Amino acid sequence: MIARTTFAGFGGQGVLLMGYVLSHGAMLKDLNVTYFPSYGAEMRGGTANCTVTLSDRKIASPVASHPEYLVAMNYPSLAKFEPLVAPNGTIFLNSSLVEEDPQRDDVKVVKVPTVELAREVGSERAGNMVMIGAVCAETGLLSLEETIAGMKAALKGKEKFFELNQKGIERGFSFIKEGK
Amino acid sequence: MSAEVAYQKVFGYPESLKPAQTHYCPGCGHSIAHRLVAECLDELGMREKTIGVPPVGCAVLAYNYFNFDMVEAPHGRALAVATGIKRVHPDKLVLTYQGDGDLAAIGTAETIHAANRGEKITTIFINNAIYGMTGGQMAPTTTLGQVATTAPGGREPERHGRPIDISRMLAVSDGTVYIERCSLTSVKNIRKAKKAIMKAFRAQLDGLGFTLVELLSPCPTNWKMTPKAAWEWIDTEMVKTYPLGVIKDNTGYEDKK
Amino acid sequence: MPSEKMLMRGSNVVGEAAVRAGCRYYFGYPITPQNELPEYLSWRLPEVGGTFIQAESEIASINMVMGAAAAGARVMTSSSSPGIALKQEGISYMAGQELPCVVANMMRGGPGLGNIAPSAADYFQATRGGGNGDYRTPTLAPAGGQELAEMVFVAFDLADTYRTPVMLLGDGLMGQVMEPVVFPDPIDPASLPQKDYILDGCEGRDPRAIYSLILDPPALMEHNLKLQAKYDLIAEKEVRYDTVELDDAEIIVVAYGTAARIAEEAVHELRAQGHAAGIFRPITLWPYPKQQLRELARDGRKVAVFELSLGQMVEDVILSVGERAPIYFYGVPGGVIPTPADVTDFLHSALADDGKVGRRIEV
Repeated sequence: MIARTTFAGFGGQGVLLMGYVLSHGAMLKDLNVTYFPSYGAEMRGGTANCTVTLSDRKIASPVASHPEYLVAMNYPSLAKFEPLVAPNGTIFLNSSLVEEDPQRDDVKVVKVPTVELAREVGSERAGNMVMIGAVCAETGLLSLEETIAGMKAALKGKEKFFELNQKGIERGFSFIKEGK
Repeated sequence: MSAEVAYQKVFGYPESLKPAQTHYCPGCGHSIAHRLVAECLDELGMREKTIGVPPVGCAVLAYNYFNFDMVEAPHGRALAVATGIKRVHPDKLVLTYQGDGDLAAIGTAETIHAANRGEKITTIFINNAIYGMTGGQMAPTTTLGQVATTAPGGREPERHGRPIDISRMLAVSDGTVYIERCSLTSVKNIRKAKKAIMKAFRAQLDGLGFTLVELLSPCPTNWKMTPKAAWEWIDTEMVKTYPLGVIKDNTGYEDKK
Repeated sequence: MPSEKMLMRGSNVVGEAAVRAGCRYYFGYPITPQNELPEYLSWRLPEVGGTFIQAESEIASINMVMGAAAAGARVMTSSSSPGIALKQEGISYMAGQELPCVVANMMRGGPGLGNIAPSAADYFQATRGGGNGDYRTPTLAPAGGQELAEMVFVAFDLADTYRTPVMLLGDGLMGQVMEPVVFPDPIDPASLPQKDYILDGCEGRDPRAIYSLILDPPALMEHNLKLQAKYDLIAEKEVRYDTVELDDAEIIVVAYGTAARIAEEAVHELRAQGHAAGIFRPITLWPYPKQQLRELARDGRKVAVFELSLGQMVEDVILSVGERAPIYFYGVPGGVIPTPADVTDFLHSALADDGKVGRRIEV
């Protein structure tokens, strides 16, 4: 099994943290993982992206030719990374912000209204946690418990965010499982 | 009766100098400066607890003359190397022995930053206003009007820039505690220089901060003068650009008269 | 005790591994893409009683390293390409003075200021000396993650064993990528073998001098020959490399560091398509595993070299393989990172010898 996920969006949307949560959750269940962030000047323009690769065998390249999953938190990210998604892959769209539909017809599209769902659990700032919850629920990469554990490991020392983030993750899971 | 005479040694070769013949030219100030450093270390009983860094320049072979541990630094980097040593051995006396080109041209950045960090290191700064080892080229400290092989008509401010007074510049920094300029031109001045070196070492050992003693030093060969004329040139000309005396003293030590 | 499994970025892995390898002194100057390493050590070293100094320049920092090494400490510095260029003066001096240290280079695009994207164009700088004079710098090129941690230990041991600067050659990508790492047992610096050449005050012994200036030509020749004998010994004993699926390979992909990981993915892809491809990955770039590669280049196999540069290691491949096998080269400079799919295209082109991707090298 190998799964590559690219997370992309504006700086401030918690894009890198989503990758952290997935990476830590995967490590805790003894999967191999590589987390490859964008950095430096690339980030100065206000966009951020990272690619997380999970596998039960040794991971050769942290650079993915064609990620199976794309999480696009804004339109520029969708435009930039959509062409790279592997055939039969899945694009997770932050539908609170992105009105456009992907052009490809060989990928599955999952629209997640992160802002609205996060507001439900107490703060729009948990939008990224709603999204990572939805991603894990849809892909089965991590269970709900594993995702929460990953979040706690990624935010070690920042316990005050645990409660809200956990609610966000749970909301993401329920959105996928219950379809609303 | 003669068997009863008690001889007392009143003068000898410092233990902190190896009994070697130096390669310095006749009339050069290095030999005197070496001896002063050695005498001070002897008197402090620090020879075996000292690590020195010689420069690139005429004193590059100083480790052949000083009788304590030494590591040679690249040109200008003595105070960076000394920083590394002092941080590993904070209980040792660490000194750099540097010329004007080493300290105030190629090594200016290392000099200023080590001083400004307040590294507990003592720098013996030999200012002879000329590049000695390479054969008489202009130094950062070459005085206006002074002739050098790369300033054959004499140093002009418009063409060559002005002489740098690095000691005064360093005194501005809060990291430095003691800076004095002396000259090696008479018994009186040489004694004064020794007192200054002693004070600098003492301040280092007391952990006060960075200390530097600048020594105006004759270079008869490249100045194309006799040793006597070289001394006179320092006393009458060079001191106009580099006046002697204490530039900064925050040691709080009371000077013994 | 080995550490628990930790998810860490490569730069921090180098820092933590250095501390666990007994390094207590770090001197450096900020440069992207390796700033996480000094940032990490700026709090980690004081925690274990060590010293971190942000120097005024790369030049000052390598000279502080020289001082600390002369004083007997395990010491390191790090930088990225143009910063390493500035450190070459000190590295050459330390090679001449026979002082140990570890220098980590997280390479970026060049020449000049270049950019801050991951690249691997400093192979010549690392393996061909970089500074002046007849000397060699043992150069370790881990492929990231766990191996990065282990090679830091190896680097310090090589440096101390052979009294020489050792280069740890990574790249900006390796510095940024996070992977789970388990660190080896920590080493107590006090337990390291005593060094009989260091400067710590000459109490009870003759004074020591450490220098590289030897004015008498026959004496300097003697010193160079002594250094060369040491390099010969390193070349004989310290070669490291790794292979993947080479037994039946019809094409040998030669790559190191991050490039080797991208290439390995391409090899899996090729295998899935029915082509027998394998990887030869030098871990020591100097000494280069010449003999080992030479022996593999037989029976009509092709050799395909992939680098994140326009062709530097390929010269060592040519020196190793000569005319025993056709050599193909594909390199991408400037911080552009090819995907495994790009390398797969190159390997197809090399197999077909159609020259569409990369080029065939005329030996």
